[in-house]
Parts: sequence; structure tokens; C-alpha cells
Amino acid sequence: MNSAGTAPVQHGPAVIGSPSISGPSLGRNIVARLEDIKKTYYMGALSEQVLHGISINFYRGDYISIMGPSGCGKSTLMNILGCLDQPTSGKYFLGEEDTSKMADDELSTIRGARLGFIFQSYNLIQQLTVVENIELPLFYQGHPEEESRQIAIDLARRVGLDTRMDHRPFELSGGQQQRVAIARALSNDPLIILADEPTGNLDSRSGAEILELFDELHQQGKTLIMVTHSDELAERSERQIRLRDGLVESDERSP
Amino acid sequence: MNEALRKSGILKIAEAVKQRFAIPRGMAANWTRLKKTAAVGLKSIYAHGLRSLLTVLGIVIGVAAVISMLAVSEGRSFEAQQQFRALGSNNIIVKSVKPVEVQGGGGGFRPQAVVYGLTYEDIATIEMTIPGITNVIPSRIVKKNVRYLDNTMSTDVVGTTVDYPISRNYNLREGRFFTQDEVDGQRNVVVLSQEVATALFPLTNPIGDSIRIDGYYYNVIGIMESEGFSNLGRSQAGSSNAAPTRIFIPMSAARYRFGETLVRQTSGGIESETVQLHEAIIQLEDQDSVEEVGQIIEQILARRHRKVDYAVEVPLALIRQAEQSALRDQLQAAAIAGISLLVGGIGIMNIMLASVTERTREIGIRRALGAKKKDIVMQFLIEAVILSGVGGLIGVILGITVPLLLSLFWGMTTIVTFGAPLLAFSISAVIGVAFGIYPSMRAADMDPVEALRHE
Repeated sequence: MNSAGTAPVQHGPAVIGSPSISGPSLGRNIVARLEDIKKTYYMGALSEQVLHGISINFYRGDYISIMGPSGCGKSTLMNILGCLDQPTSGKYFLGEEDTSKMADDELSTIRGARLGFIFQSYNLIQQLTVVENIELPLFYQGHPEEESRQIAIDLARRVGLDTRMDHRPFELSGGQQQRVAIARALSNDPLIILADEPTGNLDSRSGAEILELFDELHQQGKTLIMVTHSDELAERSERQIRLRDGLVESDERSP
Repeated sequence: MNEALRKSGILKIAEAVKQRFAIPRGMAANWTRLKKTAAVGLKSIYAHGLRSLLTVLGIVIGVAAVISMLAVSEGRSFEAQQQFRALGSNNIIVKSVKPVEVQGGGGGFRPQAVVYGLTYEDIATIEMTIPGITNVIPSRIVKKNVRYLDNTMSTDVVGTTVDYPISRNYNLREGRFFTQDEVDGQRNVVVLSQEVATALFPLTNPIGDSIRIDGYYYNVIGIMESEGFSNLGRSQAGSSNAAPTRIFIPMSAARYRFGETLVRQTSGGIESETVQLHEAIIQLEDQDSVEEVGQIIEQILARRHRKVDYAVEVPLALIRQAEQSALRDQLQAAAIAGISLLVGGIGIMNIMLASVTERTREIGIRRALGAKKKDIVMQFLIEAVILSGVGGLIGVILGITVPLLLSLFWGMTTIVTFGAPLLAFSISAVIGVAFGIYPSMRAADMDPVEALRHE
């Protein structure tokens, strides 16, 4: 228990995949924790510090939006949360593991096992069918083939793509593509789902459908972290974190 | 209802994910992974059909070139060996050669009577000195005009003994060779070569008929088989050994009718040549000592002759030479083909680099979804290997077809050995890996964040 000494909130063993909110009486389970994260980019002799020390606790079942003006470090923070980038200093606990010192292969594994990604531009693989796209994270986890297929089919149904399972992404509308991406983000039953402007490329109706899906996931106890510019989206979430100049400006919960 | 379905779905997922951690990543999982990765590669190749085809062309041509060139050189060496083998690998052939001093003779003085060549004594000495000689077949060869009705042709008339066909693996097509009795009796019988037979008797069967040489009639008793392969390599043999237009009469008859001195009218006057024997085939018991005995014979003849008016030919040595030159041919073919395969490999590398750049985004997505560097390496490596493998396969098919066509339409002897396609194919596979590694590594080393941002 590497976090036992510093954890402000006691939490039980991380039961991956358990959707229930069943923490000890003191509070809710922490699924991820940032401790004084700093990030500096070096370009030759020049360096630019983007994050100046960010500490946030993410609780199981949180529905969070991260907001802020461009250049505030949102994207960098998302990349670190997504284990796509490493902080210059500070610690990032995902579950009980400190990811900030992990090697590339471990990071790949943790991305595939603990994280779900939803991108603004969907980022589906064009040569693969809907079902194949959905099961991709499981494939890289070495998950048994038939089970993966079944999980992907179930998820495709769940996001309302029953009739599109064997279609390729370019045959789908934007909203449908984003639903495939959501199903894909759910396939490995991640600890947190990271969404980067999930409705940015969608018309308002499709956007609304996606947000409904998010609400549903939230009700089922999923932990969602979303980067957005839109106040409307932010209001829909339960907790709003605002960044400014690489620091947390505010961290509020909706009443 | 819908809710229940969803819940059961989630439960199932939860269950499955739990199981995931229990299942060791054994062989089965790796195999599935490989299969799927290969499928991804195949899809990408298929998606860029024309481009993939052009990429593969280099390998196709390279592999086809390796196989066909090896087939041609193999065929050529087979022909050469076949021809020398026809001379008999147990044989040593001793011949009379007009000495150089006499041949040249461009000066004022031209000898009028030349005596040179092998003598009966030479042969007797050789036969007595060297153990292991089973047979000696001497022959006299005289160029004559032969005639049947109005058909004439100039041909070598070979006076020889009854063993001649056996010593040369030279078979009769029709009739018989002459017998010892006919030799002893100096009978006027003749065995024609296939070529002479068809030239003199275009319509009728010559057996039983007679041909005329120098005013004497000779009864045709047999026709030899065409010498086949040996004709093709005539120039290589560098002698009259394989001359197709030969006819055979008993040695005794040749001596009796033509004598040992050939008188010829030339621009400088009358010239006479006296030769006892033109050729003798010396057969040995044992093939292993052929080359050694050939040297000994040469020494014996050197002692007995003042001028070099003889030549010793060892067919086995010629076979060896042919083998060596075939090896040289094959190395040459391999070098040229190797270069074309290299060019093919560079083509693959080129296209793989383009493919990697084009799919930067995809690489980013895959990395975000949990692909390790080695997964990405595998994906592109497999693609390169499939490209070169398919190219190699097409090349093998083409490489087997081309020699076949060469044989069919140009009558070239080509031999596709089992090893050649195997070799060419493995080289192409190795090239696929070798030239696929760099682009694959480049793909894997991309920063996932950068790759995801790539348009």
C-alpha cells in the first residue's frame, strides 16, 4: 500500500470493474490521485513549464469536467491522466499504482487495462469494423477471443448500434462513431474514462445523445473525466475543475 | 427489460475482466494475437492493392530471376556433362594431331610428305605398360565423299573395331554393328550415323542397300542413334569426337582400301600425310585412376614422339571442368539475382516507411488503447513479411514457369532444382524482415501524444 501514509481518505482494496459505490463510511473510494504534478517541456535550451503543481483526488463514480482557457494545461493534464505522457515531477496514482515512474510497456498495459479514451475526433481505426474497434483494447490485453467478441457485441448493442456491428467507421455518422468510441472505452471496464471534447465535432442532437449516454454511465457508477470548453456540458457534470496557468483555479461540486 | 439486458451485459463484462487476470498469456493467446496482427497487415495490403503490387514487383522479379538463372545454368552444365559423359567417364581418348610446325608452313619451304601421329606401337606400349586397361579401340578417320545414287556428302569415314559403340555409350538405332568376322575378313560393310542415313536415304530404308566410297561399294548393315546432347556441345569438345556425320567401317577394310597415306592436291603442289592411327579410345577398369593414367599416357607418348603430334583427352577431367564452370555460372547468377532482390527489399522499405507515416494516427490510437511498442513492431513487420512472402511466392511461380517456356519454345535445357525456389523464397522472406525492421521501429518509437495529434 504505497499510498497508505499520505492518503487523506481511507479506501479499500481497489476492486477493478466493480461498479458499486461501497467505500468505507469515511468517504468515497479514490480511484486516481494527482500529487503535486509538474510538467515542463524542454525544447533545446528553451523550457516551458505548463503544469505548476496540481493535486487532485478523483473518486469512484465522479463525473468531472475540466475547464479552462486554452494554454492552461488541460491537454497536458489529460495526457498525463491518460498515461500517454509522464509528469516531470509529482506522483500519479491510478488505483494503487504510482504510474509516474513506469516504463513504456507498463504504461501501455495500464492504459489498456485501466483507462478508457474518448476523443473529439473519435479516433476509430478505419479498416476495422465496429465490433473489431470495440474489442481492440481487449485484444492488446491478450483477452480470449470469443469472450472479447461477445463483450464487444454486447457493448455495441448497449450504445444502440445493433444494426451496425459489421460496418466500418466511414459508413457511420459522427454520433454513431462517437458511440463506437464510447463502447470501446467501456470494453476493458476501466477505472476512469477520459473524454476530450466528446461532443466537439457533433451537431447538437447527436451531442445530446452522447451526453445522455454519459449520464447513464454515471448513474451506473462509472468515473468520467471530461475536458470541455462548453459551460452547458460542464453544468451537466457533478464536479467542475477549472485550470488557469497550470494550476487548479477552482474545484467545485454542483449542488 | 432493456435495463435487465444491460445489467447482465455489465455483469458479463465484469466477470470477463476478472477472468482476464487469471488467464496466463500462453501460447494460445500469442497465436491469436499473431493471427489478428497478420489480418491487420493483410487488410492494409489489400486496401492499397496497386501500391502493394508495385512494391512486391521488385521481389517477384528478383526471386523469378534467381530461379530461372539457376535453372538455365543448371541446364547448361547438365548438357555439358552429358556430352562428356557420352565420351565415357572410364575412357581416355588419344588422338593424332598434325604438329604445329607442319601446320603453319607459311614460309617458302613446304614439306611434301608428312608423317605424324599415333602408331600401333604407341598403343601396344601403352597397353603393356599400364595395368587396368580393359580395352583399346583404335580408329582411323578419313574424310571421304560417300555416295548413294545422286546423293553425295562429305563425311568422316571411321575405320574401327567392334567395340566402338560400347566404349562410347553409342547405341544402334537399327540393324547391327559389324562383327569380328567382318573385321577379320576386311569386308565392305558400313554403319551409318543417323544424320548421314537421312541425308543419303531421304526416302528409303538404307539397310541392305549399298553406298559408294572411292569406287567401292559398302553394304549398309546398321544405323547409329543420333548422338543427341553431344551434338549441342560440339564446339566445347573442341574435336571431331562428336561429329555427327560419321560412318563406320571395319578397321581392316579402311587400311586395305585407303592405305595409311593420304595424298592431297594443294595450291603448293602435292602433299602427303601418313598417319597410322587417328584416334584410340583407351578404356580403364576404374574411373578413379582415369586422370592419373591420362598423365602417364602423356609421359609415355612424350618419350616416344619428338614432336607433339598427339593429344590426350580425359572426358572425366572435362566433366570436372564443366562442373566448375557451372559453379562459376551459378555464383554469377546468384550475385545478379541477389542485387535485384536487394533492390526489391529497398522498395519494400520505401513503401513501409510511407505506410508508417500514413498511419501515424492509427499507431497513436493503438498505443493509447494499450498496444506496446513490440505490438506495433510486430504489426508492421508482419506486413513487410507478408508483402515479401507473397512477392516471393509469385516469384517462385514465375521462376518455375519461365524456364519451362524457355525449354518449350527455344529448346533450351533448363533444370529447376528443388533447392533453387527454396533458396530464393527464403532470401525474400529474410529481406522482408531485414527491410521491414527499420520502418517498424520507427512506427513503434513514435510518441503516442504526437501520433494522436497527427492529421
